[in-house]
Amino acid sequence: MTLFDFARGPGMFWATTIMVIGIVWRLAGAVLLARHKDRSTPRGDNRVAAGLRAVLMRSVPPHELEKHITFQHLTGYAWHIGWFVTFLFFVPHMPFIESILGFGWPGLPNQAIVMLAAITLAILLLLLVRRIVHPVLKVISDFDDYVSTLLACAPLVTGIVAFAHLFPSHHETMIGLHILSVEALMVWLPFGKIFHCVTGLPLRFQIGAAFARRGVKA
Amino acid sequence: MRDVLVGDYLRGRGVSRRSLLKFCAAAASWMALPPTMAQEIAAAIEKARRPSVIWLPFQECTGCTESITRAETATLESLIFDAISLDYQHTLQAAAGDAAEEARHQAMKENWGKYLLAVDGSIPLANPGYSTIAGVSNLDMLLEAAKGAAAIIAIGTCAAFGGIPAARPNPTGAVAVSDLIKDKPIINVSGCPPIPVVITGVLAQYLTFGSIPDLDRLGRPRAFYGQSIHDRCYRRPFYERGQFAESFDDEGARKGWCLFKLGCKGPITYNSCATIKWNGGTSFPIEAGHGCIGCAEPNFWDKGGFYEALSVSRWGTFGTVAAAAAVGAAAGVASAALARHRQAKAPEGESR
Repeated sequence: MTLFDFARGPGMFWATTIMVIGIVWRLAGAVLLARHKDRSTPRGDNRVAAGLRAVLMRSVPPHELEKHITFQHLTGYAWHIGWFVTFLFFVPHMPFIESILGFGWPGLPNQAIVMLAAITLAILLLLLVRRIVHPVLKVISDFDDYVSTLLACAPLVTGIVAFAHLFPSHHETMIGLHILSVEALMVWLPFGKIFHCVTGLPLRFQIGAAFARRGVKA
Repeated sequence: MRDVLVGDYLRGRGVSRRSLLKFCAAAASWMALPPTMAQEIAAAIEKARRPSVIWLPFQECTGCTESITRAETATLESLIFDAISLDYQHTLQAAAGDAAEEARHQAMKENWGKYLLAVDGSIPLANPGYSTIAGVSNLDMLLEAAKGAAAIIAIGTCAAFGGIPAARPNPTGAVAVSDLIKDKPIINVSGCPPIPVVITGVLAQYLTFGSIPDLDRLGRPRAFYGQSIHDRCYRRPFYERGQFAESFDDEGARKGWCLFKLGCKGPITYNSCATIKWNGGTSFPIEAGHGCIGCAEPNFWDKGGFYEALSVSRWGTFGTVAAAAAVGAAAGVASAALARHRQAKAPEGESR
Protein backbone atom coordinates (compact mmCIF):
# COMPACT_ATOMS: atom_id res chain seq x y z
CA MET A 1 0.00 0.00 0.00
CA THR A 2 1.42 3.35 -1.03
CA LEU A 3 1.22 6.50 1.04
CA PHE A 4 -1.46 7.74 -1.35
CA ASP A 5 -3.53 4.58 -0.98
CA PHE A 6 -3.23 4.79 2.80
CA ALA A 7 -4.24 8.45 2.84
CA ARG A 8 -7.28 7.89 0.60
CA GLY A 9 -8.33 4.72 2.39
CA PRO A 10 -7.67 3.84 6.04
CA GLY A 11 -6.14 7.25 6.79
CA MET A 12 -9.28 9.14 5.80
CA PHE A 13 -11.56 6.60 7.48
CA TRP A 14 -9.76 6.81 10.84
CA ALA A 15 -9.31 10.58 10.67
CA THR A 16 -13.07 10.97 10.11
CA THR A 17 -13.87 8.50 12.87
CA ILE A 18 -11.52 10.14 15.39
CA MET A 19 -12.78 13.61 14.48
CA VAL A 20 -16.43 12.64 14.96
CA ILE A 21 -15.76 10.81 18.22
CA GLY A 22 -13.73 13.77 19.51
CA ILE A 23 -16.28 16.43 18.54
CA VAL A 24 -19.24 14.58 20.04
CA TRP A 25 -17.23 13.61 23.12
CA ARG A 26 -16.21 17.19 23.87
CA LEU A 27 -19.60 18.66 23.07
CA ALA A 28 -21.50 16.09 25.14
CA GLY A 29 -19.01 16.46 27.99
CA ALA A 30 -19.45 20.25 28.00
CA VAL A 31 -23.25 20.25 27.63
CA LEU A 32 -23.75 17.68 30.40
CA LEU A 33 -21.56 19.42 32.99
CA ALA A 34 -23.29 20.44 36.23
CA ARG A 35 -24.71 23.96 36.19
CA HIS A 36 -25.38 26.46 38.93
CA LYS A 37 -28.90 26.54 40.14
CA ASP A 38 -30.24 29.89 38.98
CA ARG A 39 -31.82 31.56 41.97
CA SER A 40 -31.81 35.18 40.76
CA THR A 41 -34.54 37.06 38.95
CA PRO A 42 -33.76 37.61 35.23
CA ARG A 43 -33.05 41.28 34.46
CA GLY A 44 -33.19 40.99 30.69
CA ASP A 45 -36.14 39.66 28.82
CA ASN A 46 -34.88 38.85 25.32
CA ARG A 47 -31.97 36.51 25.69
CA VAL A 48 -32.15 35.16 22.13
CA ALA A 49 -31.81 38.64 20.63
CA ALA A 50 -28.98 39.41 23.03
CA GLY A 51 -27.24 36.16 22.11
CA LEU A 52 -27.49 36.92 18.40
CA ARG A 53 -26.30 40.46 19.03
CA ALA A 54 -23.26 39.09 20.86
CA VAL A 55 -22.49 36.78 17.97
CA LEU A 56 -22.53 39.79 15.66
CA MET A 57 -20.78 42.30 17.90
CA ARG A 58 -18.00 39.93 18.90
CA SER A 59 -17.29 39.31 15.23
CA VAL A 60 -16.00 42.85 14.73
CA PRO A 61 -13.29 44.63 16.72
CA PRO A 62 -14.72 46.50 19.72
CA HIS A 63 -14.41 50.23 19.23
CA GLU A 64 -12.21 50.71 22.30
CA LEU A 65 -9.61 48.23 21.04
CA GLU A 66 -9.95 48.93 17.34
CA LYS A 67 -6.56 50.53 16.99
CA HIS A 68 -4.76 47.57 18.52
CA ILE A 69 -6.53 44.57 17.06
CA THR A 70 -7.80 45.59 13.64
CA PHE A 71 -4.76 44.05 11.93
CA GLN A 72 -5.34 40.79 13.75
CA HIS A 73 -9.03 40.84 12.86
CA LEU A 74 -8.57 41.63 9.18
CA THR A 75 -5.76 39.13 8.61
CA GLY A 76 -7.73 36.56 10.60
CA TYR A 77 -10.78 37.01 8.41
CA ALA A 78 -8.65 37.05 5.26
CA TRP A 79 -6.97 33.72 5.89
CA HIS A 80 -10.13 32.02 7.14
CA ILE A 81 -12.02 33.09 4.02
CA GLY A 82 -9.09 32.17 1.77
CA TRP A 83 -8.76 28.78 3.41
CA PHE A 84 -12.42 27.89 3.07
CA VAL A 85 -12.76 29.22 -0.47
CA THR A 86 -9.70 27.16 -1.43
CA PHE A 87 -11.24 24.08 0.14
CA LEU A 88 -14.77 24.58 -1.11
CA PHE A 89 -14.22 25.99 -4.60
CA PHE A 90 -11.15 24.12 -5.92
CA VAL A 91 -12.75 21.91 -8.55
CA PRO A 92 -10.58 18.81 -7.93
CA HIS A 93 -11.88 18.90 -4.31
CA MET A 94 -15.45 18.75 -5.55
CA PRO A 95 -15.68 14.97 -6.04
CA PHE A 96 -14.70 14.57 -2.36
CA ILE A 97 -17.36 17.06 -1.26
CA GLU A 98 -19.92 15.38 -3.51
CA SER A 99 -19.04 11.98 -2.05
CA ILE A 100 -20.06 13.33 1.39
CA LEU A 101 -22.98 15.63 0.60
CA GLY A 102 -24.26 14.00 -2.54
CA PHE A 103 -24.12 17.29 -4.41
CA GLY A 104 -21.61 19.92 -5.40
CA TRP A 105 -21.42 23.41 -6.86
CA PRO A 106 -19.42 25.22 -9.52
CA GLY A 107 -15.79 25.83 -8.66
CA LEU A 108 -13.37 28.61 -9.49
CA PRO A 109 -10.55 28.46 -12.05
CA ASN A 110 -7.59 26.57 -10.65
CA GLN A 111 -5.16 29.45 -11.15
CA ALA A 112 -7.39 31.78 -9.14
CA ILE A 113 -7.57 29.21 -6.33
CA VAL A 114 -3.82 28.66 -6.35
CA MET A 115 -3.24 32.41 -6.09
CA LEU A 116 -5.73 32.63 -3.24
CA ALA A 117 -4.08 29.67 -1.50
CA ALA A 118 -0.67 31.32 -1.82
CA ILE A 119 -1.99 34.58 -0.33
CA THR A 120 -3.71 32.67 2.47
CA LEU A 121 -0.51 30.79 3.23
CA ALA A 122 1.49 34.02 3.22
CA ILE A 123 -0.93 35.58 5.74
CA LEU A 124 -0.79 32.50 7.96
CA LEU A 125 3.02 32.52 7.94
CA LEU A 126 3.02 36.27 8.65
CA LEU A 127 0.74 35.68 11.64
CA LEU A 128 2.95 32.82 12.80
CA VAL A 129 6.04 35.03 12.68
CA ARG A 130 4.12 37.78 14.46
CA ARG A 131 3.13 35.31 17.16
CA ILE A 132 6.77 34.37 17.63
CA VAL A 133 8.16 37.93 17.80
CA HIS A 134 5.29 39.92 19.33
CA PRO A 135 6.14 40.63 23.00
CA VAL A 136 2.63 39.86 24.26
CA LEU A 137 1.56 37.19 21.80
CA LYS A 138 4.65 35.11 22.36
CA VAL A 139 3.99 35.04 26.10
CA ILE A 140 0.37 33.96 25.79
CA SER A 141 0.98 31.46 22.99
CA ASP A 142 1.40 27.82 23.81
CA PHE A 143 2.03 24.52 22.03
CA ASP A 144 -1.59 24.35 20.91
CA ASP A 145 -1.36 27.69 19.08
CA TYR A 146 1.71 26.69 17.12
CA VAL A 147 0.45 23.20 16.27
CA SER A 148 -2.92 24.59 15.18
CA THR A 149 -1.31 27.23 12.96
CA LEU A 150 1.10 24.75 11.37
CA LEU A 151 -1.69 22.24 10.77
CA ALA A 152 -3.76 24.97 9.10
CA CYS A 153 -0.75 25.79 6.89
CA ALA A 154 0.08 22.18 6.00
CA PRO A 155 -2.80 21.48 3.54
CA LEU A 156 -2.01 24.75 1.73
CA VAL A 157 1.71 23.95 1.48
CA THR A 158 1.19 20.37 0.33
CA GLY A 159 -1.66 21.38 -1.98
CA ILE A 160 0.39 24.06 -3.72
CA VAL A 161 3.38 21.72 -4.03
CA ALA A 162 1.18 18.98 -5.47
CA PHE A 163 -0.60 21.32 -7.87
CA ALA A 164 2.64 22.89 -9.06
CA HIS A 165 4.20 19.43 -9.63
CA LEU A 166 7.34 20.55 -7.82
CA PHE A 167 8.37 16.90 -7.45
CA PRO A 168 7.12 15.55 -10.78
CA SER A 169 8.26 11.97 -10.29
CA HIS A 170 6.62 11.80 -6.85
CA HIS A 171 3.29 13.37 -7.65
CA GLU A 172 1.29 10.51 -6.16
CA THR A 173 3.23 10.83 -2.91
CA MET A 174 2.63 14.58 -2.88
CA ILE A 175 -1.13 14.12 -3.26
CA GLY A 176 -0.91 11.50 -0.51
CA LEU A 177 0.89 13.99 1.76
CA HIS A 178 -1.75 16.61 0.94
CA ILE A 179 -4.57 14.28 2.00
CA LEU A 180 -2.59 13.24 5.10
CA SER A 181 -2.11 16.88 6.08
CA VAL A 182 -5.89 17.36 5.96
CA GLU A 183 -6.33 14.19 8.01
CA ALA A 184 -3.86 15.50 10.63
CA LEU A 185 -5.97 18.66 10.86
CA MET A 186 -9.15 16.58 11.21
CA VAL A 187 -7.64 14.50 14.03
CA TRP A 188 -6.38 17.61 15.83
CA LEU A 189 -9.63 19.54 15.41
CA PRO A 190 -11.55 18.28 18.48
CA PHE A 191 -8.56 18.42 20.80
CA GLY A 192 -6.89 21.73 19.96
CA LYS A 193 -7.90 25.36 19.72
CA ILE A 194 -9.18 24.71 16.20
CA PHE A 195 -12.23 23.36 18.02
CA HIS A 196 -13.40 26.98 18.05
CA CYS A 197 -14.82 26.26 14.59
CA VAL A 198 -17.43 24.13 16.39
CA THR A 199 -17.85 26.01 19.66
CA GLY A 200 -17.03 29.61 18.66
CA LEU A 201 -20.43 30.91 17.58
CA PRO A 202 -22.54 28.93 20.11
CA LEU A 203 -20.33 30.20 22.93
CA ARG A 204 -20.68 33.79 21.80
CA PHE A 205 -24.42 33.31 21.73
CA GLN A 206 -24.42 31.70 25.15
CA ILE A 207 -22.31 34.50 26.65
CA GLY A 208 -24.59 37.14 25.14
CA ALA A 209 -27.70 35.39 26.48
CA ALA A 210 -26.19 34.89 29.95
CA PHE A 211 -25.11 38.52 30.17
CA ALA A 212 -28.57 39.67 29.06
CA ARG A 213 -30.11 37.66 31.88
CA ARG A 214 -27.95 39.62 34.27
CA GLY A 215 -28.86 42.87 32.55
CA VAL A 216 -25.36 43.36 31.13
CA LYS A 217 -24.58 44.12 27.51
CA ALA A 218 -22.17 41.53 26.13
CA MET B 1 20.57 -17.26 -38.18
CA ARG B 2 21.85 -15.46 -35.07
CA ASP B 3 25.17 -14.71 -36.84
CA VAL B 4 23.39 -12.53 -39.40
CA LEU B 5 23.86 -8.82 -38.76
CA VAL B 6 20.67 -6.89 -37.98
CA GLY B 7 21.38 -4.51 -40.90
CA ASP B 8 21.68 -7.37 -43.38
CA TYR B 9 18.55 -8.95 -41.96
CA LEU B 10 16.52 -5.75 -42.30
CA ARG B 11 17.75 -5.14 -45.87
CA GLY B 12 16.72 -8.69 -46.64
CA ARG B 13 13.23 -7.79 -45.39
CA GLY B 14 13.10 -4.78 -47.71
CA VAL B 15 13.78 -2.10 -45.08
CA SER B 16 15.65 0.82 -46.69
CA ARG B 17 18.39 2.72 -44.91
CA ARG B 18 16.15 5.80 -45.01
CA SER B 19 13.45 3.90 -43.13
CA LEU B 20 15.97 2.64 -40.61
CA LEU B 21 17.31 6.17 -40.05
CA LYS B 22 13.76 7.42 -39.62
CA PHE B 23 13.14 4.80 -36.96
CA CYS B 24 16.47 5.59 -35.26
CA ALA B 25 15.70 9.32 -35.22
CA ALA B 26 12.38 8.55 -33.59
CA ALA B 27 14.05 6.16 -31.14
CA ALA B 28 16.62 8.85 -30.24
CA SER B 29 13.78 11.26 -29.65
CA TRP B 30 11.83 8.81 -27.45
CA MET B 31 14.94 8.18 -25.38
CA ALA B 32 15.65 11.92 -25.09
CA LEU B 33 18.96 11.55 -26.93
CA PRO B 34 20.37 14.27 -29.23
CA PRO B 35 19.20 13.97 -32.88
CA THR B 36 22.80 13.36 -33.93
CA MET B 37 22.62 10.04 -32.11
CA ALA B 38 20.26 8.69 -34.78
CA GLN B 39 23.19 7.97 -37.13
CA GLU B 40 25.08 6.18 -34.37
CA ILE B 41 22.03 4.17 -33.38
CA ALA B 42 21.50 3.17 -37.00
CA ALA B 43 25.15 2.20 -37.43
CA ALA B 44 25.14 0.23 -34.20
CA ILE B 45 21.91 -1.57 -35.05
CA GLU B 46 23.16 -2.45 -38.54
CA LYS B 47 26.36 -3.94 -37.16
CA ALA B 48 24.80 -5.66 -34.19
CA ARG B 49 24.57 -9.42 -34.05
CA ARG B 50 21.01 -10.52 -33.54
CA PRO B 51 20.69 -10.98 -29.79
CA SER B 52 19.05 -14.10 -28.50
CA VAL B 53 15.81 -13.40 -26.66
CA ILE B 54 13.96 -15.97 -24.63
CA TRP B 55 10.42 -14.89 -23.84
CA LEU B 56 8.60 -16.61 -21.01
CA PRO B 57 4.86 -15.99 -20.78
CA PHE B 58 3.54 -16.78 -17.31
CA GLN B 59 0.24 -15.71 -15.70
CA GLU B 60 -0.82 -13.37 -18.50
CA CYS B 61 -3.57 -12.71 -21.01
CA THR B 62 -1.37 -12.46 -24.13
CA GLY B 63 -2.33 -8.79 -24.41
CA CYS B 64 1.31 -7.77 -24.06
CA THR B 65 2.34 -10.13 -26.86
CA GLU B 66 -0.55 -8.86 -28.95
CA SER B 67 0.50 -5.26 -28.36
CA ILE B 68 4.18 -5.73 -29.00
CA THR B 69 3.93 -7.87 -32.09
CA ARG B 70 1.41 -5.41 -33.55
CA ALA B 71 0.00 -8.29 -35.52
CA GLU B 72 -2.35 -6.10 -37.52
CA THR B 73 0.38 -4.06 -39.23
CA ALA B 74 3.93 -4.84 -40.18
CA THR B 75 5.64 -1.72 -38.85
CA LEU B 76 9.32 -0.96 -38.74
CA GLU B 77 9.17 -1.53 -35.01
CA SER B 78 7.85 -5.02 -35.58
CA LEU B 79 10.65 -5.65 -38.07
CA ILE B 80 13.21 -4.51 -35.51
CA PHE B 81 11.46 -6.83 -33.14
CA ASP B 82 11.79 -9.57 -35.75
CA ALA B 83 15.46 -8.74 -36.02
CA ILE B 84 16.17 -10.14 -32.61
CA SER B 85 16.53 -13.86 -32.47
CA LEU B 86 13.39 -14.79 -30.61
CA ASP B 87 14.39 -18.30 -29.65
CA TYR B 88 11.46 -19.12 -27.41
CA GLN B 89 7.97 -17.66 -27.18
CA HIS B 90 5.42 -20.37 -26.91
CA THR B 91 2.56 -18.22 -28.19
CA LEU B 92 4.36 -17.21 -31.37
CA GLN B 93 6.66 -20.11 -32.17
CA ALA B 94 5.69 -22.94 -34.49
CA ALA B 95 7.31 -25.60 -32.36
CA ALA B 96 5.34 -27.06 -29.49
CA GLY B 97 5.76 -29.54 -26.66
CA ASP B 98 9.17 -31.14 -26.22
CA ALA B 99 10.53 -29.49 -29.38
CA ALA B 100 9.78 -26.03 -28.00
CA GLU B 101 11.39 -26.81 -24.66
CA GLU B 102 14.38 -28.27 -26.45
CA ALA B 103 14.72 -25.01 -28.43
CA ARG B 104 14.68 -23.04 -25.19
CA HIS B 105 17.34 -25.19 -23.58
CA GLN B 106 19.50 -25.06 -26.67
CA ALA B 107 19.24 -21.26 -26.92
CA MET B 108 20.07 -20.89 -23.24
CA LYS B 109 23.07 -23.18 -23.57
CA GLU B 110 24.43 -21.49 -26.70
CA ASN B 111 23.99 -17.96 -25.35
CA TRP B 112 24.58 -18.53 -21.64
CA GLY B 113 25.22 -15.22 -19.92
CA LYS B 114 24.34 -13.19 -23.05
CA TYR B 115 20.67 -13.69 -23.85
CA LEU B 116 17.92 -11.29 -22.96
CA LEU B 117 15.12 -12.81 -20.92
CA ALA B 118 11.70 -11.30 -21.59
CA VAL B 119 8.92 -12.17 -19.18
CA ASP B 120 5.28 -11.29 -19.40
CA GLY B 121 2.80 -12.31 -16.76
CA SER B 122 3.17 -12.65 -13.02
CA ILE B 123 4.50 -15.67 -11.15
CA PRO B 124 2.12 -17.56 -8.84
CA LEU B 125 3.66 -18.68 -5.56
CA ALA B 126 0.58 -19.98 -3.72
CA ASN B 127 0.65 -23.25 -5.62
CA PRO B 128 3.19 -24.20 -8.35
CA GLY B 129 0.38 -25.97 -10.21
CA TYR B 130 -1.54 -22.75 -10.87
CA SER B 131 0.56 -22.02 -13.94
CA THR B 132 2.97 -24.40 -15.62
CA ILE B 133 4.68 -24.77 -18.97
CA ALA B 134 5.53 -28.31 -20.06
CA GLY B 135 4.94 -29.40 -16.50
CA VAL B 136 7.45 -26.91 -15.09
CA SER B 137 6.17 -24.29 -12.67
CA ASN B 138 6.58 -20.65 -13.63
CA LEU B 139 8.80 -20.09 -10.63
CA ASP B 140 11.22 -22.91 -11.50
CA MET B 141 11.35 -21.87 -15.15
CA LEU B 142 12.05 -18.23 -14.27
CA LEU B 143 14.79 -19.10 -11.79
CA GLU B 144 16.44 -21.44 -14.30
CA ALA B 145 16.26 -19.02 -17.23
CA ALA B 146 17.30 -15.98 -15.19
CA LYS B 147 20.60 -17.62 -14.19
CA GLY B 148 22.02 -17.32 -17.72
CA ALA B 149 20.41 -14.01 -18.71
CA ALA B 150 22.37 -10.82 -19.34
CA ALA B 151 19.30 -8.81 -18.39
CA ILE B 152 15.61 -9.33 -17.87
CA ILE B 153 12.83 -7.30 -19.46
CA ALA B 154 9.60 -7.55 -17.47
CA ILE B 155 6.99 -6.81 -20.12
CA GLY B 156 3.65 -5.55 -18.92
CA THR B 157 2.36 -4.61 -15.49
CA CYS B 158 1.86 -8.26 -14.45
CA ALA B 159 5.55 -9.10 -14.87
CA ALA B 160 6.67 -5.70 -13.62
CA PHE B 161 4.44 -5.32 -10.55
CA GLY B 162 2.13 -8.34 -10.28
CA GLY B 163 -0.68 -6.65 -12.21
CA ILE B 164 -4.22 -7.95 -12.28
CA PRO B 165 -3.35 -11.46 -10.97
CA ALA B 166 -1.89 -9.80 -7.85
CA ALA B 167 -5.01 -7.68 -7.29
CA ARG B 168 -6.74 -8.24 -3.96
CA PRO B 169 -7.23 -10.92 -2.74
CA ASN B 170 -4.43 -12.24 -4.97
CA PRO B 171 -5.69 -15.85 -4.98
CA THR B 172 -2.63 -17.26 -6.74
CA GLY B 173 -0.05 -15.43 -4.62
CA ALA B 174 1.13 -13.65 -7.78
CA VAL B 175 4.39 -11.72 -7.59
CA ALA B 176 6.50 -9.66 -10.00
CA VAL B 177 9.81 -10.76 -11.54
CA SER B 178 11.68 -8.26 -9.36
CA ASP B 179 10.24 -9.91 -6.24
CA LEU B 180 12.12 -13.10 -7.13
CA ILE B 181 15.24 -12.09 -9.05
CA LYS B 182 17.67 -9.84 -7.24
CA ASP B 183 21.00 -10.44 -8.98
CA LYS B 184 20.21 -9.43 -12.57
CA PRO B 185 19.40 -6.07 -14.17
CA ILE B 186 15.63 -5.89 -14.64
CA ILE B 187 13.91 -3.42 -16.94
CA ASN B 188 10.23 -3.00 -16.11
CA VAL B 189 8.21 -2.10 -19.20
CA SER B 190 4.87 -1.65 -17.47
CA GLY B 191 1.48 -1.04 -18.97
CA CYS B 192 -1.57 -3.17 -19.57
CA PRO B 193 -0.40 -3.61 -22.23
CA PRO B 194 2.81 -1.61 -22.70
CA ILE B 195 3.25 0.69 -25.69
CA PRO B 196 4.92 -1.30 -28.51
CA VAL B 197 7.62 1.27 -29.26
CA VAL B 198 8.72 1.29 -25.64
CA ILE B 199 9.92 -2.28 -25.93
CA THR B 200 11.54 -1.62 -29.32
CA GLY B 201 13.14 1.49 -27.83
CA VAL B 202 14.61 -0.60 -25.02
CA LEU B 203 15.85 -3.12 -27.56
CA ALA B 204 17.33 -0.31 -29.70
CA GLN B 205 19.18 0.98 -26.66
CA TYR B 206 20.49 -2.48 -25.87
CA LEU B 207 21.60 -3.07 -29.47
CA THR B 208 23.21 0.39 -29.69
CA PHE B 209 24.96 0.77 -26.40
CA GLY B 210 24.98 -2.77 -25.05
CA SER B 211 23.51 -1.41 -21.85
CA ILE B 212 20.16 -1.01 -20.21
CA PRO B 213 18.54 2.44 -20.19
CA ASP B 214 18.39 4.85 -17.29
CA LEU B 215 15.61 3.60 -15.00
CA ASP B 216 13.22 5.32 -12.61
CA ARG B 217 12.58 4.24 -9.01
CA LEU B 218 10.25 1.50 -10.24
CA GLY B 219 12.83 0.12 -12.66
CA ARG B 220 11.17 1.61 -15.77
CA PRO B 221 13.07 3.37 -18.58
CA ARG B 222 13.06 7.00 -17.57
CA ALA B 223 12.87 8.10 -21.22
CA PHE B 224 9.39 6.61 -21.50
CA TYR B 225 8.13 6.76 -17.92
CA GLY B 226 9.73 10.00 -16.77
CA GLN B 227 6.63 12.16 -16.98
CA SER B 228 3.05 11.71 -15.95
CA ILE B 229 0.21 11.35 -18.43
CA HIS B 230 -1.28 14.48 -16.82
CA ASP B 231 1.83 16.57 -17.50
CA ARG B 232 1.77 15.72 -21.19
CA CYS B 233 -1.98 15.54 -21.67
CA TYR B 234 -3.46 17.82 -24.34
CA ARG B 235 -6.44 18.34 -21.98
CA ARG B 236 -4.20 19.77 -19.25
CA PRO B 237 -5.15 23.42 -20.05
CA PHE B 238 -8.76 22.56 -19.18
CA TYR B 239 -7.60 21.22 -15.82
CA GLU B 240 -5.77 24.49 -15.19
CA ARG B 241 -8.88 26.47 -16.06
CA GLY B 242 -11.07 24.28 -13.86
CA GLN B 243 -13.12 22.97 -16.80
CA PHE B 244 -14.09 19.35 -16.23
CA ALA B 245 -16.44 16.89 -17.88
CA GLU B 246 -19.06 15.81 -15.35
CA SER B 247 -20.26 12.81 -17.32
CA PHE B 248 -19.27 11.02 -20.50
CA ASP B 249 -22.00 12.63 -22.56
CA ASP B 250 -22.24 16.17 -21.22
CA GLU B 251 -21.18 19.37 -22.87
CA GLY B 252 -17.78 19.27 -21.16
CA ALA B 253 -17.08 15.81 -22.54
CA ARG B 254 -18.09 16.94 -26.03
CA LYS B 255 -15.80 19.94 -25.74
CA GLY B 256 -12.89 17.73 -24.69
CA TRP B 257 -12.55 19.08 -21.15
CA CYS B 258 -10.45 17.41 -18.46
CA LEU B 259 -11.62 13.95 -17.32
CA PHE B 260 -10.27 14.25 -13.75
CA LYS B 261 -13.74 14.19 -12.19
CA LEU B 262 -14.59 11.08 -14.20
CA GLY B 263 -11.77 9.18 -12.54
CA CYS B 264 -8.79 9.88 -14.81
CA LYS B 265 -5.62 8.59 -13.12
CA GLY B 266 -3.34 10.63 -15.41
CA PRO B 267 -1.90 12.74 -12.54
CA ILE B 268 -0.42 9.67 -10.83
CA THR B 269 0.44 7.59 -13.89
CA TYR B 270 3.82 7.69 -15.59
CA ASN B 271 3.88 6.53 -19.19
CA SER B 272 4.24 7.85 -22.74
CA CYS B 273 0.64 7.36 -23.89
CA ALA B 274 0.08 11.11 -24.25
CA THR B 275 3.20 11.61 -26.40
CA ILE B 276 3.91 8.40 -28.34
CA LYS B 277 0.24 7.37 -28.35
CA TRP B 278 -1.16 4.10 -29.70
CA ASN B 279 -1.93 2.53 -33.06
CA GLY B 280 0.87 4.23 -34.89
CA GLY B 281 0.47 7.51 -33.04
CA THR B 282 -3.25 7.75 -33.81
CA SER B 283 -4.69 8.32 -30.37
CA PHE B 284 -4.66 7.29 -26.72
CA PRO B 285 -7.44 6.58 -24.23
CA ILE B 286 -7.90 10.17 -23.04
CA GLU B 287 -8.05 11.39 -26.64
CA ALA B 288 -10.75 8.77 -27.22
CA GLY B 289 -12.75 10.29 -24.35
CA HIS B 290 -11.95 7.88 -21.51
CA GLY B 291 -9.83 8.69 -18.49
CA CYS B 292 -6.48 7.01 -17.90
CA ILE B 293 -6.91 3.94 -15.66
CA GLY B 294 -3.29 4.09 -14.49
CA CYS B 295 -2.37 0.68 -15.89
CA ALA B 296 1.39 1.36 -15.87
CA GLU B 297 1.46 1.81 -12.09
CA PRO B 298 1.72 -0.83 -9.37
CA ASN B 299 -1.60 -2.01 -7.89
CA PHE B 300 -3.63 0.00 -10.40
CA TRP B 301 -6.47 -2.50 -10.06
CA ASP B 302 -6.80 -1.81 -6.34
CA LYS B 303 -6.68 1.98 -6.43
CA GLY B 304 -10.43 2.43 -6.11
CA GLY B 305 -12.87 2.56 -8.99
CA PHE B 306 -11.73 3.54 -12.46
CA TYR B 307 -14.49 6.16 -12.48
CA GLU B 308 -13.77 7.51 -9.00
CA ALA B 309 -11.88 10.82 -8.97
CA LEU B 310 -8.49 10.80 -7.29
CA SER B 311 -9.69 13.29 -4.71
CA VAL B 312 -12.44 10.98 -3.48
CA SER B 313 -11.36 9.44 -0.19
CA ARG B 314 -13.04 6.65 1.69
CA TRP B 315 -14.23 8.46 4.81
CA GLY B 316 -16.68 5.69 5.65
CA THR B 317 -20.45 5.68 5.51
CA PHE B 318 -23.15 7.53 7.40
CA GLY B 319 -23.42 4.33 9.45
CA THR B 320 -19.77 4.44 10.54
CA VAL B 321 -20.05 8.15 11.28
CA ALA B 322 -23.17 7.49 13.38
CA ALA B 323 -21.31 4.73 15.22
CA ALA B 324 -18.40 7.11 15.86
CA ALA B 325 -20.86 9.73 17.13
CA ALA B 326 -22.38 7.14 19.49
CA VAL B 327 -18.94 6.28 20.85
CA GLY B 328 -18.22 9.99 21.26
CA ALA B 329 -21.54 10.55 23.04
CA ALA B 330 -20.82 7.66 25.43
CA ALA B 331 -17.38 9.10 26.17
CA GLY B 332 -18.93 12.54 26.69
CA VAL B 333 -21.55 11.20 29.09
CA ALA B 334 -18.87 9.29 30.99
CA SER B 335 -16.57 12.29 31.24
CA ALA B 336 -19.45 14.56 32.34
CA ALA B 337 -20.50 12.01 34.98
CA LEU B 338 -16.95 11.86 36.22
CA ALA B 339 -16.77 15.65 36.38
CA ARG B 340 -20.07 15.81 38.29
CA HIS B 341 -18.83 13.16 40.69
CA ARG B 342 -15.68 15.18 41.38
CA GLN B 343 -17.73 18.34 41.82
CA ALA B 344 -20.02 16.57 44.27
CA LYS B 345 -17.08 15.29 46.31
CA ALA B 346 -15.26 18.62 46.36
CA PRO B 347 -15.77 21.07 49.29
CA GLU B 348 -18.64 23.50 48.71
CA GLY B 349 -16.41 26.49 47.94
CA GLU B 350 -14.51 24.60 45.23
CA SER B 351 -17.40 22.79 43.65
CA ARG B 352 -18.72 25.58 41.45
